[in-house]
Amino acid sequence: MRIAVSAMGRDLDADLDPRFGRAMYFLILDPNGTIEEVIENSTNMNAMKGAGIQAGKILADKKVDVLLTGHCGPNAFKALNAAGIKVAVELSGTVREALERFKRTDVKFAGGPNVEGHW
Amino acid sequence: MVIAIASGKGGTGKTTVATSLASVLGPNGRLLDCDVEEPNCHIFMNPELDTSVAVNLPVPVVDMEKCSLCGKCGEVCRFSAIVLIGDEVLTFPEMCHGCGGCSLLCPEKAIAEGSRLLGVVETGYSGAVEFVQGRLRVGEAMSPPLIKAVKEKIDPEKINILDAPPGASCPVITTVKGADFILMVTEPTPFGLHDLRIAVEAVSVLGAAMGVILNRSDIGTGDVERYCKERSLPLLMKIPHDRTIAEGYARGELLIDAAPQYRERFVDLSAHIAELVRQPGESYVEAAS
Amino acid sequence: MKEIVIISGKGGTGKTTLTASFAYLARDNVLADCDVDAADLHLLAAPKVLHEEDFYGGVKAVIDPGRCTQCGLCTEACRYAAISDDYVVDPLSCEGCSVCFHVCPVDAVTLEESLNGRWFISESRLGPMVHAELRPGEENSGKLVALVRNQAKVLTGKSGKKLILVDGAPGVGCPVISSVTGADRVVIVTEPTRSGIHDMLRALELVQGFNIPTSVVINKYDIAPEMGERIHRICSEKQTVVLGSIPYDAAVTAAMVNGRSVVEFDDGDASKAIVGIWEKLAETVPS
Repeated sequence: MRIAVSAMGRDLDADLDPRFGRAMYFLILDPNGTIEEVIENSTNMNAMKGAGIQAGKILADKKVDVLLTGHCGPNAFKALNAAGIKVAVELSGTVREALERFKRTDVKFAGGPNVEGHW
Repeated sequence: MVIAIASGKGGTGKTTVATSLASVLGPNGRLLDCDVEEPNCHIFMNPELDTSVAVNLPVPVVDMEKCSLCGKCGEVCRFSAIVLIGDEVLTFPEMCHGCGGCSLLCPEKAIAEGSRLLGVVETGYSGAVEFVQGRLRVGEAMSPPLIKAVKEKIDPEKINILDAPPGASCPVITTVKGADFILMVTEPTPFGLHDLRIAVEAVSVLGAAMGVILNRSDIGTGDVERYCKERSLPLLMKIPHDRTIAEGYARGELLIDAAPQYRERFVDLSAHIAELVRQPGESYVEAAS
Repeated sequence: MKEIVIISGKGGTGKTTLTASFAYLARDNVLADCDVDAADLHLLAAPKVLHEEDFYGGVKAVIDPGRCTQCGLCTEACRYAAISDDYVVDPLSCEGCSVCFHVCPVDAVTLEESLNGRWFISESRLGPMVHAELRPGEENSGKLVALVRNQAKVLTGKSGKKLILVDGAPGVGCPVISSVTGADRVVIVTEPTRSGIHDMLRALELVQGFNIPTSVVINKYDIAPEMGERIHRICSEKQTVVLGSIPYDAAVTAAMVNGRSVVEFDDGDASKAIVGIWEKLAETVPS
């Protein structure tokens, strides 16, 4: 299973970035916490429109199964949903803590977007 | 002739000037309300609107039977309105700018164009004056294509008065582009001056002749008049603050009806503008108040 | 963190005057000026810029005349009539869609990032402030608005403050949609005129689409009290609270000329009314 986490930094002790589309990085992990890939999201962070859609496409192309993040808007959710990526929202703390919570199944999966779209 | 009325700052009396100017022109005039986010001219003109035409933006519709999942559409689109995810092509019509790139460049010709409603263009008459207005659908973000649809109703045989949106960004430029004369309506306050400067800077690249009307001319300071002198912008009219005018405005009355002494001054204004269009480069003119 | 956005529908109803007054009364807030295409709040807040950055909002096509063979494919494909007969792109019409770039058979088109404005983080008389200037005539003010709001949130987090006051954009289009999405409260400032009512209704419709609690303030109430009554009736039908009314007061312009919010300039009728409105609003927004 490939788990993506929106993050402020490049390692497990970095804070989770609550923004999905405009997250600074995506860390792609296996369930043991091994970092398989670090994706810099700077293009989307600065793109003022459609960041969530493009970020969703990146994760879809990387064949991710689950996303751990804070907030996910409607367009991003639509893209992630089409790719069959499950979205766990309202997470905070470090990447490591988010992963632990996911492994304990102590996360909330979004059935829809949990924030309004940002224009 | 096309006269665009702009202002920079909102609420300075742009619509007041546009409606009175159009009214004194009678059958020679045509008023086009290009402030499509908040069209207000109709409040003062009470037009009989007899046509209403929907204005749409073309947005992509994908035929998945023909699609080869190459992803070209998503690579081309700069607005994230279409994207290949897995074996699905998702569209986000509200993000689309209608450029047509995806359907033009799709190698399988799998993308047709549907439409998103931007708003309506309504036409009719207010007395002898022809009246046109655009009305942006609430929740719609893109006004320039609707403004262009309103401007298609410009009649070159007539004197067309365009009421522009406030501000100095793209919708204002879309409105005033191609105008023979740009009339700026402002007030003599720090906000009025600041926003006038920006608006003048924005439209001056278009090279049209310009003039200024100072509304509520007796409040605030003399800084706007000094600015007009410096920039050689003719000050064409001063309208002092007057409770009768404010109350008439509140009720939706034309300035020239609430304060009939202005009728003659608006007739003179239209003549003066026509003169300035014929002979551009006239320097600062002191307005009689 | 709570975010209150002040909008108006119609311009010139007193949005900025009210925002500045609220900031003076709230004292412990961050200010964001999202009216980026006619930004006036800085004239009252006197910000000292601490940090500034260019804002690149999109791309514009540029045709290299040395490579162009004048084949006409780009002009045919451009939906914005942005390419002249002699193959020069008019940046004012170019939407940055890149279709010309893709159809050009000889790679004569490049896409260049366009500088659309600047944004600033400042310390002001009325608190930390994020503001911006859209370059005159530029588009994308909705994008710059989103950036200003995001930066205000970051600044609020860093400074440990709890409240963001946002001077929103006028109208009902892209900039104002950008100003209000995801906010905690919206205040619509209107005036008792037929135009004011018309535009207030459109703004209300917009905000209700986003499901944000909204209240109304009536400025220059005494110009047409019967219109003010009508606003009260409309708001009660729409279950929208009227926070209060502000009378016409020459002190508002005098305060502006002096670079002050009206509540710090004098304690006349307008100031008294605004203080009452702020107290009522603050009650409904628990920190």
